[in-house]
Amino acid sequence: MKIKINGVEKTVDVDPEMPLLWVIRDVLGLTGTKYGCGEALCGSCTVHLDGKAVRSCVTPVRRADGHAVTTIEGLSPDGSHPLQQAWVELRTPQCGYCQAGQIMAAAALLAVTPKPTDAEIDRSMAGNLCRCGTYTRIRAAVKKAAGVPDDGGGT
Amino acid sequence: MTGPVKLTRRAFLGSLGAGLAIAVMPRVAAAGESSGLAPHVLVHIALDGTTTILCHRSEMGQGIRSSLPVLIADELGADMKRVVVKQADGDKKYGDQNTDGSSSFRKQYDADRRAGAAARMMLIAAAAKQWKVPPQTCTTKNHLVIHTPTKRTLAFADVVAAASRLPVPDAKDIVLRPVSELERVADRNLPVLDGAAIVTGTAQFGADVTLPGMLVAVIARPPAVGGKVARYDAARARAVPGVTQIVEMPVPKPPWLFQPWGGIAVVAENTWAAMKGRAALAITWDHGDNASFNSAAFREELLASVRAPGTVHRDVGNVDAAFARAAKTVEAEYVVPHLSHLQMEPLVAIARVADGRAEIWAPTQNPQANRADVAKLLGIPEDRVTIHVTLLGGGFGRKSKSDFVNEAAFLAKQTGRPVRVQWTREDDVRHGYYNAANAQRLRAALDDKGTVTAWHHRTALTPIGGTFDGKKDTPSVEDLQQGVTDLALAAPNVRAEGCRAPLHTRVGWYRSVYNIFHAFAVGSFIDELAHARGTDPRDTWLDVIGPPRTLTLADLGVAKLPNYGESLDKHPVDAGRLRRVIERVTEMAGWSNRKGRALGLAAHRSFVAYTAVVISVVPDPVRVFRIDDAWITIDAGTVVNQERVHAQLEGGLVMGISNALYGGVTMTNGATDQSNYRDARVARMRDVPRRIHTDIIASTAPPSGVGEPPTPPAGAALANALFALTGKRLREIPLARALAI
Repeated sequence: MKIKINGVEKTVDVDPEMPLLWVIRDVLGLTGTKYGCGEALCGSCTVHLDGKAVRSCVTPVRRADGHAVTTIEGLSPDGSHPLQQAWVELRTPQCGYCQAGQIMAAAALLAVTPKPTDAEIDRSMAGNLCRCGTYTRIRAAVKKAAGVPDDGGGT
Repeated sequence: MTGPVKLTRRAFLGSLGAGLAIAVMPRVAAAGESSGLAPHVLVHIALDGTTTILCHRSEMGQGIRSSLPVLIADELGADMKRVVVKQADGDKKYGDQNTDGSSSFRKQYDADRRAGAAARMMLIAAAAKQWKVPPQTCTTKNHLVIHTPTKRTLAFADVVAAASRLPVPDAKDIVLRPVSELERVADRNLPVLDGAAIVTGTAQFGADVTLPGMLVAVIARPPAVGGKVARYDAARARAVPGVTQIVEMPVPKPPWLFQPWGGIAVVAENTWAAMKGRAALAITWDHGDNASFNSAAFREELLASVRAPGTVHRDVGNVDAAFARAAKTVEAEYVVPHLSHLQMEPLVAIARVADGRAEIWAPTQNPQANRADVAKLLGIPEDRVTIHVTLLGGGFGRKSKSDFVNEAAFLAKQTGRPVRVQWTREDDVRHGYYNAANAQRLRAALDDKGTVTAWHHRTALTPIGGTFDGKKDTPSVEDLQQGVTDLALAAPNVRAEGCRAPLHTRVGWYRSVYNIFHAFAVGSFIDELAHARGTDPRDTWLDVIGPPRTLTLADLGVAKLPNYGESLDKHPVDAGRLRRVIERVTEMAGWSNRKGRALGLAAHRSFVAYTAVVISVVPDPVRVFRIDDAWITIDAGTVVNQERVHAQLEGGLVMGISNALYGGVTMTNGATDQSNYRDARVARMRDVPRRIHTDIIASTAPPSGVGEPPTPPAGAALANALFALTGKRLREIPLARALAI
């Protein structure tokens, strides 16, 4: 199978049912994408498949054959994506484990909805868990990256 | 598990090139290993001035890597741009590394400062000698030694070599800077050290470590604690492509401690193959002694336990006489089930056992305990075990236990290859060291003016000690310190009892531990008292606590109070500080003008810190309610990194809300019913406050805990707010069950 991963074409010879997550981590050695639940319940493994957010833990690698996959390592060449900058600036991460998935989910949202409302952010990010409880800063960072004013809450 | 380790040739060769794949940690010499100034195990200044500071506590989101090195550098006068932070391996020479009990700064604030001060004094001594001036006239700042009267400067690099030839000052001669000179500690917006690495996916967590020739193991563990394998199909599992070995894990014997759980390990070339192999094992289990354990029946057992007298651990005045003459009594029972940590990173550990040595990489809270445990398991001396600490994808106490590390060490030895033991989410939920299950009964006697004349508290909690000795089934006076015996009460008659609660699973520390349910019950009960008396809940809190004062053991009516390992002189039980956080948080929340709003208040002392929370809920057509605002005030004494403390207030509050709303795992026939985030729920974005208002009381008192204290009061504050909104009193966690959400 051929996967264009972060702009680079790679050939992988694995069980076509192997979840994309494990191909990314164990075979391609890109460890920024995290395993959290294996059942699309937490969002830690979120990557982009042809620009759309998918849960790589339940996406068989065959679905990526001939397609483009972007992981957190490929979101920007140097960590300069507005979301990455906002995340650092607002000191959003605590343990940091879920944050790659959070950022990839947010990036997919902003790609189609550049100025999201709070409700749109909540809806798009509802499947991304953060056990450290950084949700309010995640919402604020998405708004900051989008250039949407943040009153520290809203309704 | 004793005797010399037999080495295979393959294992030996596998150890060559060790660590090549682990390039994320800075490649610098460890403190003390190279030339330069090494005045302390945590600090090394190279000849070019590059300063390496070891972070000897584990980073699990609390921000210690962004704080501890800053404190040492501040004391030293270093420029953070010239500082390299390196994570310390597990070694007793670094002092206590058990990152637990909200203790990093509470216990080591002075010691960490002294590490920086020793280096500063040696640099100054060298410069002063060169300048021929008294050292007392010099200081350090921005990686320079400065002669204050003449403003002459010398770069650290210019004096390191000379300083390294000087004697390290005796502990008694080390002088700390005035706190007013700690500039970065005064900074309200310090950066997150690993922030850039986290947002680019380069930060190294446990499973991100790769070793040459490494295999991956997934283990099928007995569903009930104490169970074991009756039979299984090794051939089917071995037939899965990529599976290399099937290994029977040793059967643990009580007491459980941190022994591996037993079961069957499937070792494979990648994670997916190991998971598929495990699914093919078709194990029949012998469930053992806990197979009759059921949570529903146990709930009734705990309630029965608190309806009968227990062991009295706190006794003031005459409670029975006060109840006999009470004008009114208020009584309530509260239930909180076992809680699962549910940290985002499932347990994982990597081990290489070769050449009579073991090397481990793990997201661990307690690397020294891992080192001792692995040495014992493999039958080798501790100095042949190296424990490398990665970042932790959340810990919350789960990663204080060595079980997962021991599994990796065992399998690396058995297979002769480096092994990563990967827990799945299901493993993590089902094989936890859960927070204690609990029931409580609270009673108060009121006189005809509504004054509380007696307070009677019974708690039945499955004590953690039972995990260690296999016998303990009743909480001790030490266990009751967490919110029962250290509670400041104005009532002249007080009794608190610990009631029997035998455990049938593994129980362990969980962020803020027993404080979770004690704060939930006490915080809810004070609100119930307010409504029973027809008084304002805030005023009732202050009445129940009584006037500002510190309480002695005699005042509290207890024989002893562990006080989280702190003396009562340094960290007294201070009713004034508890009152103050209540006053501050209610002022912020506009409590006095709350008409038309549904607010809930609660406060709690834990880890010798004082925290108060107000939560505001509003109706929601679908989900009954949502939280629009929350306010939280902490008095944690001296604070090192204000920004990360604000983050802990936010995160700890959210975890408290999550515990209250969704917390709880249950067992049927000894096996945990839940398996993943579908049924072991945690707070999502929609569940958390739209706005969190955090407040740190400025203080020069000794540092208290920070990581855990924000969590306990949140549950009662939420339940009290829901009562204000709905008129319905919720006394059992998870609240979501009664709310049907």
